[in-house]
Amino acid sequence: MSTATLEPRVRARKNYLNADYGWRSWLFTVDHKRIALLYLVSITFFFVIGGSFAVLMRIHLVEPQGALVQPETYNKLFTLHGIVMIFFFLIPSIPAVLGNFLVPLMVGARDLAFPRLNLLSWYIYVVGGLFTLYSAIAGGADTGWTFYTPYSSTYSNTQVTAVAIGVFVSGFSSILTGLNFIVTIHKMRAPGLTWFRMPLFLWSIYATSIIQVLGTPVLAIVLFALLLERVFHVGIFTPALGGDPLLFQHLFWFYSHPAVYIMILPAMGVVSEIIACFSRKRIFGYKIVAFSSVAIAVLGFLVWGHHMFVTGQSVYAGLIFSMLSFLVAIPSAIKVFNWTSTLYKGSISYEAPMLYALGFIGLFTMGGLTGLFLAALATDVHLNGTYFIVAHFHYIMVGGAVMGYLGGIHFWWPKISGRKYPNGWAQLAAAIIFIGFNLTFFPQFMLGYLGMPRRYAFYPAEFQVLNVMSSAGATVLGVGYLIPLVYLIWSMRYGPVAESNPWPATGLEWKTPSPPPTENFAETPVVTEEAYAYAPEEAAGD
Amino acid sequence: MVFLGLIGLTALTTGVAFIDLGPFNTVVALAIAFCKMLLVLLFFMGLKYSSGIMRTVVIAGFFWLALLMGLTMGDYRTRSWSPAPDSWSATAPPTHP
Amino acid sequence: MTETEARAHHPGLAHQFQDLEQQQETDTLGIWIFLVTEIMFFGGLFAAYAIYRWLYFAAFEGGSHILDIKLGAANTMVLLASSLTMALSVRSAQTGNRRSTVMFLVATMILGSIFLVIKGVEYNQKFEEHVVPTLDWAPQGETLAKIAPGGVGHAEMYFIFYFAMTGLHAIHMIIGMGLLLWLVLRARKGTFTGGYFGPVEVVGLYWHFVDIVWIFLFPLLYLIGGRY
Repeated sequence: MSTATLEPRVRARKNYLNADYGWRSWLFTVDHKRIALLYLVSITFFFVIGGSFAVLMRIHLVEPQGALVQPETYNKLFTLHGIVMIFFFLIPSIPAVLGNFLVPLMVGARDLAFPRLNLLSWYIYVVGGLFTLYSAIAGGADTGWTFYTPYSSTYSNTQVTAVAIGVFVSGFSSILTGLNFIVTIHKMRAPGLTWFRMPLFLWSIYATSIIQVLGTPVLAIVLFALLLERVFHVGIFTPALGGDPLLFQHLFWFYSHPAVYIMILPAMGVVSEIIACFSRKRIFGYKIVAFSSVAIAVLGFLVWGHHMFVTGQSVYAGLIFSMLSFLVAIPSAIKVFNWTSTLYKGSISYEAPMLYALGFIGLFTMGGLTGLFLAALATDVHLNGTYFIVAHFHYIMVGGAVMGYLGGIHFWWPKISGRKYPNGWAQLAAAIIFIGFNLTFFPQFMLGYLGMPRRYAFYPAEFQVLNVMSSAGATVLGVGYLIPLVYLIWSMRYGPVAESNPWPATGLEWKTPSPPPTENFAETPVVTEEAYAYAPEEAAGD
Repeated sequence: MVFLGLIGLTALTTGVAFIDLGPFNTVVALAIAFCKMLLVLLFFMGLKYSSGIMRTVVIAGFFWLALLMGLTMGDYRTRSWSPAPDSWSATAPPTHP
Repeated sequence: MTETEARAHHPGLAHQFQDLEQQQETDTLGIWIFLVTEIMFFGGLFAAYAIYRWLYFAAFEGGSHILDIKLGAANTMVLLASSLTMALSVRSAQTGNRRSTVMFLVATMILGSIFLVIKGVEYNQKFEEHVVPTLDWAPQGETLAKIAPGGVGHAEMYFIFYFAMTGLHAIHMIIGMGLLLWLVLRARKGTFTGGYFGPVEVVGLYWHFVDIVWIFLFPLLYLIGGRY
């Protein structure tokens, strides 16, 4: 803190931040870097909203009979918490913020393939968000983020229509972003940047984009059908009118399972970048990690039935989905082994991004392993619908994806803002987040195993101790999240000015000034070395 | 040219609908539709002359759709198959519809 | 100015691209990927349709016999013709022929309008026969006789899919008409000459896709089980 001085208003070099002033230059921009910042502000806003719902839930759950709200309200809280966090924070987070900012820089291009489509993506996202906010203010929906029929389509009296429209609209934002990235990576790589010289972050963004493009339209059509049913009272998914509720679930989970890979793959890409930089070593097994990313994307589409083991689908379908679910764990595990092999004999330092990346590896592994319990049919019968599932996906989504996101923000902050943040505070925040996270969610594994159901506003008294522990942890976690908000905003004005390559790291994005000029590169760069050329004399095997 | 082929196939498919082929009516109709689609894809949309990546993209799209339909339909079709009886001397499983 | 330089400084070239060729390849790849998303979008609806058709075949067959096969076949021909005129307009734009580009685009629009009019006539017929789910569902007489064997409730499911699928298709057609109008206005000014024809090709691909959807809708909705 003592080194940070009030930076005088120096005549700053022209960059994308000061290239133009006024709200019009931001809201009508086609510069991918500015659009990334637009997304950064909006998703942070939704993170606060979704997080507030979580805080209210955890306060409510300190008492077995509920301490805060009516059960009907509790149902609305967990529904909106899920919808906001998944569709308006996690899915866009790394792709729309870090991806938008970095993909053109990493491929050495001036912008994405379709800059105006990129801006349209953001506006579509905002419209979807407005519908969701409206539904929250107008009373909320209580169906769970999974919208299971026929409750959501026929029987619920809450704001299901509004929030379903919000999610439907936001899906198109996701599709267009994915489309933009695929085309950019195929068609706009700089001379010399072959596929196998690309940073692994680009590979993971590419795999994510494939999922976004192929899966999200199915979510769109199933929500469209849900809205038809709700508005016109037809019976597509309602048994009383001849429909099958399981058809809704098939179509819904066909997207929503790959959606979780949309949320985790970019974080894995970030972790690859950070691990390489802070071990000063090439990622061990580059090609295998690249192929694993694509394998996760493809295999992820084959496992959706594991959300439906206890809903009445055919036993044979369940068998196949169970087997495929075990299969999809393999590429993820391969990546974890590759990261740890990279760390071995590396020259490791513990700056804030590295702490997030290391935390990711541990927590993601735990979350992933618990997924295996759930992939086995027999144990899933016991664990389904309990807090075990809640803990499982929070370990991956929060312990994994959010930590990957924060790690990425901290790693590329100097490039994005041109400023450095105080490393001590950042490391402290990372530690607080790690501790708070585990305190919040580890008790939930135990609660689930002992039988506490999820989505319940009350519980048997013997579970109170674990619930209180979880809520206490949530408080710590919340504090941990607030700290970066403070020092990152502080750094934009008072942080030390960052050079082009502060860490230093490899990759084209570090070869341009911090912050970059609007056109990214003065001349088109030419790539002559492999990715992660940290120690040229290193004879690391591939 | 291609257009005449498409018109011919449309006439064919409509005419076939008036002949009784049992369950094959659907198969034939879909097969004809598939041929029409191929004609449009290859010639009107230029896929015959396009690079490998465009073709990969299109094939991937249809493959994914096949995944969706196949696995979902698989659930419905196998629901009535009962699980294996848990004793060797148990009664035979009911026949499939 | 050499041809290479002309292509690198064409007024239609966007700032993020090196040259016109990269831009056109990128645009083409982009629209193909978009069409794949449309395949999955319609595909979800087709998948749901396939399930219910298998479950309630008799009802779907009955419902299908209520549709007018002549109008359906006519519409198929109209749309195929419009694909032809669209392809010809793309060819005209590639060769820089302003007049025939405009002519074929207008022809495509006319054929598209004919399709929509026939669709409107068919929808109107459904109202007259009272087979519109929820809004006007009261099948009687001969209509009722056709669908009663499979179950009136399940026949309603058929008509839900009929309206949802053809309605979604019609929405895509209307959007396509808007895109064609935009192209006509630009083509009249001579925008698509001198090697720049990207937008025409992109809209062409979209239009062909909408045609392909109908190529499948026709047998799936109109030709169930045969009429003999």
